[in-house]
Amino acid sequence: MRKRTDNPLQQRSVLIATAARVLSQLRHDGRSVALILGAPVLLLGLLSWVLSGQPGVFDEWGALLLGVFPLLLMFVVTSVATLRERSGGTLERLVTMPMSKIDFLGGYGLAFGVAAVLQALIASALTFSVFGLTIAAPVGSVVLIAVLNALLGTSLGLFASAFASTEFQAVQMLPMLLLPQFLLCGIISPTSSMPQLLEWISTVLPMTYSVDAMKQLTIQSEVTGEVWRDIGVLVGFIFAFLAAGASTLKRRTP
Amino acid sequence: MRAAVDVRNLAVLRGGRTVVEGLSFQVQRGQIVGLLGPSGCGKSTLMRALVGVQQNVTGTCEVLGVPAGSASLRRRVSYMTQDASVYINLTVTENLEYFAAVLGVGRDRVCLVLEEVGLQIEKHSLVSDLSGGQRNRVSLAVALLGEPELLVLDEPTVGLDPVLRRDLWAQFRRLASRGVTLLVSSHVMEEASECDRILVMRNGQLIADDGEEQLLARTSTNNITDAFLVLVNLNNAVESVPDA
Ligand SMILES: Nc1ncnc2c1ncn2[C@@H]1O[C@H](COP(=O)(O)OP(=O)(O)OP(=O)(O)O)[C@@H](O)[C@H]1O
Ligand SMILES: [Mg+2]
Repeated sequence: MRKRTDNPLQQRSVLIATAARVLSQLRHDGRSVALILGAPVLLLGLLSWVLSGQPGVFDEWGALLLGVFPLLLMFVVTSVATLRERSGGTLERLVTMPMSKIDFLGGYGLAFGVAAVLQALIASALTFSVFGLTIAAPVGSVVLIAVLNALLGTSLGLFASAFASTEFQAVQMLPMLLLPQFLLCGIISPTSSMPQLLEWISTVLPMTYSVDAMKQLTIQSEVTGEVWRDIGVLVGFIFAFLAAGASTLKRRTP
Repeated sequence: MRAAVDVRNLAVLRGGRTVVEGLSFQVQRGQIVGLLGPSGCGKSTLMRALVGVQQNVTGTCEVLGVPAGSASLRRRVSYMTQDASVYINLTVTENLEYFAAVLGVGRDRVCLVLEEVGLQIEKHSLVSDLSGGQRNRVSLAVALLGEPELLVLDEPTVGLDPVLRRDLWAQFRRLASRGVTLLVSSHVMEEASECDRILVMRNGQLIADDGEEQLLARTSTNNITDAFLVLVNLNNAVESVPDA
């Protein structure tokens, strides 16, 4: 793709045009919008209903899953969208045009980032107001973690789409890449109580940090240093997967 | 001025097979070159090599004086893939406006190309609601958006009716008269007469490189379809008796 010699303003305009284009594509696809914005709300509503007989349990689980659901959804949406771009020939066309990898990945990141923020805001708003989630920490901190999770799902999806050649395979990436993380992240059992090897593995998986942060926020009344460390690690993972995604974007293909 | 296309001893390995081999030809600026050949002979592969998206290319492959795929060519060469490569979940105009933004050309170009491919009425339709030929025209419109010096068009007239086809070739001719070079692949033999020069490929090799008249004379035929059949069969015959 293009060397970064053009002036930065022009470069940013391509990034923004790409983000706007991805959002227009979403806008024309009502079902995807409904899925992105509605599914976490429905799932959390269902969870609060399931747990309604056990006081206090939803407060524990609600916040954890408020982080996990956006991650899963944005992962699927992003990996399928970018896979279409790779297999539909539009990426092949774009690489012959003056567009850099930063424009492409940044555009996707920005567009789905906007969707992720909306998703996290709507899901959090309803979870706190209607489903009655109560946590110790400020609500804004939980929203922030939810947004970071959604962004993590997006960057992971951008990367994973390189390893799928059909939409069917892209969807199968979910059980392969995310479900093991779900088992190891500390939701099912605290990481400290797992066998040593699994505990080590859990420390290199991003979901571990998002779940740890959410756990802290449900019990601590302020944002602790450990939460800030988790946030830092999550941001690091987001950029690492974006960079890994960039390395899978090849101008020349077989 | 340097040739628009300079290919010497080009070979391409694809799927573990050599699908293009020992290809050499030059194209002068302002020429319209037709690329013909049976399905699977390597036309699209050659075009992909020329726009710099094909892996495993060996030999010389220069475009407008620099190696194919160089960053400086991104505004000077435009490419239309064989399958319509546009976003089906965007409208025609949204597609064109996006690619115009990437190319850094004004919106006035969008209106112009819409007219050139005859899609003004459909401009606010989603591409997924268009017919195959219409989708192809959206894809062609994207290739015409920038003001490239070389157009590499992979079967641009598939699914077009004779009127549109005639108009498009007139448009190609106007571009050529301004010095733009066009490389156009096709399965429609009559279109060969619109070209200044015809390259015929078979099994990844160039088997003819001539004007229409010369091709007809060489094959003692009076239309290009027959000439094509003679050429392709001639080569078949040669190959089937390797020791002769
Ligand atoms: N993605 C691919 N991976 C491996 N081999 C491929 C791939 N695409 C095409 N080929 C092989 O390369 C050869 C040339 O294909 P190419 O697409 O260039 O043919 P073509 O002349 O454009 O055919 P058509 O007129 O049908 O479009 C074919 O034999 C095909 O099997
Ligand atoms: Mg082809």
